Formats: sequence, structure tokens, C-alpha cells
Amino acid sequence: MTAASQLGYDDLPALLGRMTGDEKHSPAAFSTLDVLWVLYDRVLCDSDRFLLSKGHGPNAYYAVLAAKGLIPVDDLDSFGSFESPLGYHPDRVVLPAATISSGSLGHGLPIAVGVALSGRRTFVLVGDGELDEGSNWEAVQYAGRIRLARLTAVVVDNASATYGWPGGIEQRFALEGWWANRVDGRDHEALATALNDEHPDAPACVVAEIRR
Amino acid sequence: MTMRERFYALAGAALEDDERVAIVLAAIGAGAIPEHPRLYDVGIREQLMIGVAAGLALEGYRPVAHSYATFLIERPWEQIKLDLSHNDLGAVLVSNGASYDDSRSGRTHHAPEDVALLATLPGWRIEVPGHPDELERSFARALRGNDRVYIRTSLEENPAPVPDDGLVVLRRASRPGPLVLAVGPTLAPTLSATADLDVDLAYLTTVRPFPRIELRTALAGRDEVALVEPYLAGTSAAEVGAALADRRHRVLAIGIENPELRRYGTPGEHRAAHGLDARGIRARLERFLG
Repeated sequence: MTAASQLGYDDLPALLGRMTGDEKHSPAAFSTLDVLWVLYDRVLCDSDRFLLSKGHGPNAYYAVLAAKGLIPVDDLDSFGSFESPLGYHPDRVVLPAATISSGSLGHGLPIAVGVALSGRRTFVLVGDGELDEGSNWEAVQYAGRIRLARLTAVVVDNASATYGWPGGIEQRFALEGWWANRVDGRDHEALATALNDEHPDAPACVVAEIRR
Repeated sequence: MTMRERFYALAGAALEDDERVAIVLAAIGAGAIPEHPRLYDVGIREQLMIGVAAGLALEGYRPVAHSYATFLIERPWEQIKLDLSHNDLGAVLVSNGASYDDSRSGRTHHAPEDVALLATLPGWRIEVPGHPDELERSFARALRGNDRVYIRTSLEENPAPVPDDGLVVLRRASRPGPLVLAVGPTLAPTLSATADLDVDLAYLTTVRPFPRIELRTALAGRDEVALVEPYLAGTSAAEVGAALADRRHRVLAIGIENPELRRYGTPGEHRAAHGLDARGIRARLERFLG
């Protein structure tokens, strides 16, 4: 394995394989992988905060953190074991690289509102299925009404919500006063452009569509 | 001025005096604290209230969240458990309403279970002041820290504050006998109930962490404790049992035994119905003492 600081997107399948024992992982196996990579590679600054609300299936998160040298690559081998800092849902107390502990859906976006109120540029990743949880909409409504422009929510949409989102998730955010956009969730250029877009008067929602 | 009103005044002052302090409300109390850049009213969204408090704590603020006990502790329960406890973030939660303060509002505004529920989570400091001055001491101490603190205010209060913290022995019997331990606002009726009883009387506002060692010291080898708590009966009984696990002992746990009273009326009528007035406490003590 090369030095952590030199790892790139092409190294992610091998990193994922260290957690699952499957050497043939393709990035497409993980809906969040491209969004996470673009965030950590092309968007986030040291002063920003990123909250992984969708804590389910955190392999992609751990792989990106390892690739960026934020956690030891060797820790990936211990994934899910008793002594490991890397569980099936992240725990910030044992994994300081994680901003929040997550796993129960619908918690990250409300916490991100609190972080953004402090003045931080804040990014939070949620899933389209996760948005079934009503707690998210308390956050969407409030952040939109107060024009919390330092907040960006990335919605990874792999059409997993039980009853879907007729008309598109982004319409619901837009109705609440968010700047909202839909991009191809595998298109790094499109993701980087959308996530880096200025939105000085409103929070931003970037729906990253993952076709299954 | 009630404990709740004192809290509003103190919260407003804290925003002015301490740039670490942020107040998060969910409509309740919004008109009672002057507007301030770090006063956030998220509307009637209690899950968001706790999440926002956690986010502010992540950024180094000392968040204070407030509502009725039922809407502060019970409705956003998972946010308290995960956003604050599991994420190891500090906050100060200050409730009003207690077990039956808004007696005419009925069950939806009563929270006799709040302390028992929060006590299931490790690491919370739970304070049940019995007087506005005690509330002020609790709140000031809570603002100085980074831990997780719950302060339960009530419209019921004692005529005078107890000036000391911890388990305070207020009265000693003429000969060794049972210890009656009154929590927060139950002190006033307990004083009346025990006026002519030859028992030790002690007072407690910080119920978690429960002062197991202080209780043993106060008992001085004796083995009978009568707890008087203004919420669910038995909330601290297991703590007393743990404190005295090495010897045979007897515990009487006075508190609310029927949260589904299904009555309106006055707080006094609720107090009597739950046996938490002087007469009810006296009757339970007499049966316990034989």
C-alpha cells in the first residue's frame, strides 16, 4: 500500500476490500462513495464540518477517510471487531475523525443546523430513505425559514424511500426556501460544481442521484 | 417569582454575560427571554431543539434547551440519548411543568416519569431544586461546566431555600431511627408531616448522581429510609438499595404511583390524590414505622 497521502480514488476498491475481504469491489457498490470522495477531495476545507447522517454502511466513509490519511489504513482490517474504532455505524468517541456518531436515521441534519448556526460552513450527507424520518423535516423547515446559508445537505438518492418522493426530493427542499439542485451522483465534476456553488441567501440541497 | 420565571431572567442574563451560552427553545418560553443573537427559537420542533443543542455543543457553546418536561425529555428522547449522550456532548436542559403543575391541562402536560427516564442514561446530573434560589445555584453551576445537566423546575416550592448542596441533614431524632429523605419541593409537606415524629429528616436536590456515600454517612449504621420524591414513586429506590446493599434495610418510596390519574382541578388536588401532601406523607410514614 502506498503512503496514505498519495492514495486516490482508484485505490478505494482495495481499501473497501480490506473491510469486506472482497477484492473485486467496484465503487458502484456503495451509493455514497463518489459523493464522499468529491467532498473530501474537492470541497471540504479545514474549517468546514462534515456530518455523515446516513451512518448505515459506513465502509465508503472509512475508505475515504483512510485514503485521505485521516484514519490509519490498517484500521480497516479490523472493521466491526470488538477492539476496532470502525463499527457498522460510526462512533465519534472512538473515531475522532467522525464529526458525529450516527446510525439511527434522522439525527445528522438537525445537528448540522446547530453546527451551522455557529457560523461554520457545514455539510451533511443524508439518504433519500432516511428522509422518511420526520425529524429531518423539522430541520429542513427551520433552516429554510432562517436562510441558514452556511448549510449544505447532500441527499444521496438511490430510490430507497419506502413510498418514494413523487416529483423529486429537491422540490420539497425548494418549497421550504432552499437552493436545490439534482446531479448525477457518480459525476465528480457535476458534484464538485454543485457542492462548491455559492448560495449566499439560503441553505443548499444537492440531490446526488444514484441509478441502480 | 417562580423557579420558571427566575430561570427566564437568569437565561437572559447569561446570554449577555457569557458568550459561551446559547439558548435553544421550541416555542415554549420564547416570549419570556429577550431576543438575542444566540437565542434560537426553532418553533414547535423538539427533536430539532435537541439536535441544534448538540450541534452548538460540537462548536464549543454551552447550549441550554428548555420546554415542558414532557416535551423536553420524553418527546425527543432518542435525540437526548444519541445526539447528547452517545455523542458525548454537553447541554443543560431546564424543564417546567414537573409532574402536575399544569393540573388543568391533563396528562399531556404532566411528566412524572422524566427523572426515572433520564436516569437510565449514564452521566447525567439531575437536579430538582425546591426553591428559586436553589434553581439559581443549580443553573449557575450547570453553565460553568461542560457536562449533561437536567434541572427540573416546578411551581411547587418550599418556603425557604436550603443553603447547602448535597444530602443535607436538617434534623436529628432524639434516638437512632428512620431517615426521611425529601427531594426538592416535597420538603414543605414532609416538614409538616414529620413535625411531631421523632425521625431524622434530610433534604436532597441533586438526585443523580445519587449521593450513596452521603446517605450511608447520614444513616450512621441505621437501616430504614423513607424517600419522598415529587415524581414517579421509586425513582431513587434502587439507588438507596445499592447504597445499602451490604446490609439488611427497609425502604419506603413515596411518590406518584398512578400517572394516569385522569383528573383536572388544582395542583393541590393532584398533590393530595397522589398522597404527596402532608396528610398523605404522614399516613405512609405511620404505616412504614408501624
